[in-house]
Amino acid sequence: MHNTDFDLKLDRLTKVEGSASLDIRVKNGQVEYAHFQITEYKRFFTQAMQRKPIIALPQLLSRICGTCSNAHIMASIEACEHALDIKPSEQTKILRDLTMYGLNIRDHALHLYLFALPDVRGKDAFLDFDENDPVEHQMLHDAFEIKAAGNFFSELIAGRSVHAPYPVIGGFMHFPDQKGITEAIKKFEAVRPAVLRTIEIYKNQPFHFDRKTNFMALVPYDHYGFIEGCINTGLGECITEEGYRDHLERVVLPYSQASGYKYRGGAYMVGALARMNLAKNLLHARTKDASGGALDIFPSTDIYMSNLAQAIEILHCLDHSLEILKTRKFNPEPIIKKPFREAVGIGVVEAPRGTLYHKVVVGADGMVKEGEIIVPTGQNQINIENDVAALVEKMLPDTSQEKMQFEIEKLIRAYDPCMSCAAHFLKVKWLEP
Amino acid sequence: MIQDKKLKIGWFSFSCCEDNTVVFTELMNDHWQEWKKLFDFRHVRVLKSNNVLDDLDIAFIEGAIASDEHAARLKEIRVKSKKLVAIGACAVVGMPAAQRNYFNEKQKQEIEFLVARFQALPKVLKVSDVVKTDAEVGGCPMDPAKFLEMVNKLVAEFKK
Repeated sequence: MHNTDFDLKLDRLTKVEGSASLDIRVKNGQVEYAHFQITEYKRFFTQAMQRKPIIALPQLLSRICGTCSNAHIMASIEACEHALDIKPSEQTKILRDLTMYGLNIRDHALHLYLFALPDVRGKDAFLDFDENDPVEHQMLHDAFEIKAAGNFFSELIAGRSVHAPYPVIGGFMHFPDQKGITEAIKKFEAVRPAVLRTIEIYKNQPFHFDRKTNFMALVPYDHYGFIEGCINTGLGECITEEGYRDHLERVVLPYSQASGYKYRGGAYMVGALARMNLAKNLLHARTKDASGGALDIFPSTDIYMSNLAQAIEILHCLDHSLEILKTRKFNPEPIIKKPFREAVGIGVVEAPRGTLYHKVVVGADGMVKEGEIIVPTGQNQINIENDVAALVEKMLPDTSQEKMQFEIEKLIRAYDPCMSCAAHFLKVKWLEP
Repeated sequence: MIQDKKLKIGWFSFSCCEDNTVVFTELMNDHWQEWKKLFDFRHVRVLKSNNVLDDLDIAFIEGAIASDEHAARLKEIRVKSKKLVAIGACAVVGMPAAQRNYFNEKQKQEIEFLVARFQALPKVLKVSDVVKTDAEVGGCPMDPAKFLEMVNKLVAEFKK
């Protein structure tokens, strides 16, 4: 069957964020190409941000993506604060950590239960799970309880799960009250056993796909988190905040005009698997104790272990939040303001799906001149395509195309791609004949 | 409407950030058991792989209309749906998905080749520019309480 020739097109992937398709051509039993294409229509945020007042920028850019919106807010605020030379207070930094924890709990749970778990259980949809089956009954209830706890927490800390209104340049507009904090502690403790069950599910998931690649993530200095740190390139270096601009402009941005991102000539992966591979030693002590053997699996090159990494991240987000909520009081603080100045600011955060870069160029009048946004799914594109090509070749020649389509979609789903964000890149992909 | 028959539901996303989809999945935290009994989710790509576009009782539309392909799809959904509801700011007023409609000449020149390559419409449209809507829930994202109010009202109408 070495003369196997066919074209395979997955028109619109399901159970992912947004709209994407995949084109594969097989010739003589070899994958000639696998093109992962974002089919969202561009909404041109990098143009739209021009001539906007800088204070309006984080809320505008949150509209790039509903599910990652709070990560875009954090990255944009950081970029704007760097441009305006604003140093946030300790309390603001903690509230931002908590904002990212709420986001990750909610967003990872959506992916792990509603998108990925139907594949594990051999069902089309999570809502098809059988409430009379004790295992699936538990899964149904666990999923919505974890999601609800994350949603409640996001509302408490940031004002909303989507396009959060409280975090702004220079601080927060609102602070959690004791009643809400007590309720959050209660909900998080109640839902913790469900999160441990989620870890167990993905520790034992039946799928594996190993392919060596490089991992890159923003790695914090003290505790596992999503905002502070240096960019660990996976090649023995860690780029500190002073080096963000050079890294972005010299390494990351040039590839936004190419067919995908590479680092030192090689594809790389960002996201929960990269973070866990590079920073598991920084997880909360309670998380480490409870995760047991699950942590020994990392570092891993098995893409499906990204699901396990997300489950462990949910637990870390719960455990660190619980420690903060039980030991800290939150007091109203004024917003830090500085005069506008002509400057460039870079913000780098770990969105749920990986490293997210925002760049803003602001004028002395406080109006944005221009900017750039580099999203995780863009950085993962070459890796996704390489994985799909390797998977298809592994399945040739005896696998039906229907089965191939299912396996490809399942593999891509493990990347938890976000196409609303990714509609910003892939510029040249569309220019190819 | 037969009392015990499930309502056939579709949820469709056009040009937008899909924030309403996220709010919808968060509303499921409290309503999934009730909705499972009430609704037959025929076409909801965020929830399932095997989606069918046949006759629907209610189609929820989020996002603005950015291409002829979008418009044709929306018209097809309209023909097949008893009720069509525009959800969120992009569907109801077109913004912010339609921000390119308000670009200056320089910005328009910058994006011109991409608009052409995607065969996008010269101007992005709101849902009611293309088809008749039966209800609208605005907001960026939609207000969960207003969405529930509208859903309950439609369900009551179907149960009459």
